[in-house]
Amino acid sequence: MPDPSYPDDLLYHPEHDWARVDGDTATFGITWYAQDALGEVVFFDPPKVGAKASKDEAYTEIESVKAVSDVIAPLSGEITAVNDALAENPELVNDDPYGAGWLVQVRLADPSETQSLLSAEAYEAMLE
Amino acid sequence: MRPASLAQTGQCSAGWDAGPLWRALTWCGVAQTTETSLRRTPLYERHAAAGAKLVPFAGWEMPVQYSGIREEHVTVRRDAGVFDVSHMGQVETRGPDALPFLQRMLSNDLRRLPEGGAQYSVMTREDGGVLDDLFTYRLSECVFLTVTNAANHERDLAWLRSHAADFDVDVIDAATQFAMLAVQGPRARSLVHALSDGLTPSRMRCCERTVAGAGTLVCATGYTGEDGVELLLDPTAALEVWDALLAAGAAPVGLGARDTLRLEVCFHLYGNDLSEDRGPIEAGLGWCCREQTGFIGSEAVAAVRANGPAEKLVPFVIDGPGIARQGNPVVGGGVVTSGTFSPCLERGIGMAYVSPERAEPGTRIEIDVRGTVRPAVIERKPLYRKGS
Repeated sequence: MPDPSYPDDLLYHPEHDWARVDGDTATFGITWYAQDALGEVVFFDPPKVGAKASKDEAYTEIESVKAVSDVIAPLSGEITAVNDALAENPELVNDDPYGAGWLVQVRLADPSETQSLLSAEAYEAMLE
Repeated sequence: MRPASLAQTGQCSAGWDAGPLWRALTWCGVAQTTETSLRRTPLYERHAAAGAKLVPFAGWEMPVQYSGIREEHVTVRRDAGVFDVSHMGQVETRGPDALPFLQRMLSNDLRRLPEGGAQYSVMTREDGGVLDDLFTYRLSECVFLTVTNAANHERDLAWLRSHAADFDVDVIDAATQFAMLAVQGPRARSLVHALSDGLTPSRMRCCERTVAGAGTLVCATGYTGEDGVELLLDPTAALEVWDALLAAGAAPVGLGARDTLRLEVCFHLYGNDLSEDRGPIEAGLGWCCREQTGFIGSEAVAAVRANGPAEKLVPFVIDGPGIARQGNPVVGGGVVTSGTFSPCLERGIGMAYVSPERAEPGTRIEIDVRGTVRPAVIERKPLYRKGS
């Protein structure tokens, strides 16, 4: 497992999710803290492409050996891609939570929603 | 610390009456609990220092994992792991009527339990509902030590005492007299032997040894499906023995892997697979019920055995992706009582109560996993076999 990290180029949701925003699209994943709390991820059942994600609401689940956890959407939008690599290698979420362990890509419904998300610094302060 | 009368063979009958080893010790190792605080085992500081994730479990603050459940699980299957199970309770039953008393209280035939032996049984109410599942060790002719589930200990003790009046027996709460370490895995026995003053007992036997300098009841039992031993010792010696086991190469293993290990071999977990609402026959525990002994609940158990249970507990494997969890309904009737990801089979496994006509191995069922229907197949016990 990598050391704790919270990259500066991401936006964070208090439910331990991150968003990498690029114009009107974004990639979602869970933070280092979330994957550490969950333990080894053994199953990710991706949402369907075309499904809607609503900010602050669960859009999928992720499972470790012992626990099932809802994954909260940091922003609203339509899911345009899911990380198919996680079907075979769900542990990528632990090994590389901000890279190969991404969960979904979305077309944002309202890019201004990003204003309510946390910076890396603010999120880390919240974890203290 | 040790009675002088110890036999030194692999299958000794420990001289418990000769030396009340455990009784003489003043126990002071475990933090006393209040209504609101979680209890801690003598090894709490070790767990915290090792970076274990600590969680509340049956009123105790226990390590659920150290390096990770999968890694710890595989270590126990291939090498040796040590679990702190000091949260488990112990009841000592001693006196001239200890045998007839326990024969009345426990489902198995205690006459078949030799000195220095171990026996599994359930304790049932009059209606056959299961109060607990327990291992009992016969320490001498008239002294028995029974290990309780932590969450049931006080209730078990009260139940036993409420039925003891007609017997010449002392029912002693021994929970605070023992720390308990389970050393499990193919290398567990040799590892303990190297720290010990004698051979480890053979399977389903127990004997007294000095392990890493501490007087220890070594019991060749476990909850993982692997060979190994469980060590019962004075809580004040727990740190020393724990450190010696780790130094000898045993990896610390948490309750998370304990659960995945036991479920792969279909051992029951009280509170999941067993409860007061279920009887031993439906749970598949008829093998440890000897109704002819007349134990409390034996008539109810005999009736269910004769007529067949309404449901049966069966192991299953999810066919495809997904993991069923406790409480997930079986489509068409039934419920999952334990469900997890199997590190060895690398898929979702579990146990469920289903109707008898669907309990045959090979039967296909569907499980409603939070709204998604997952196909599964009923399998034979155990789900994991050595070398599979």
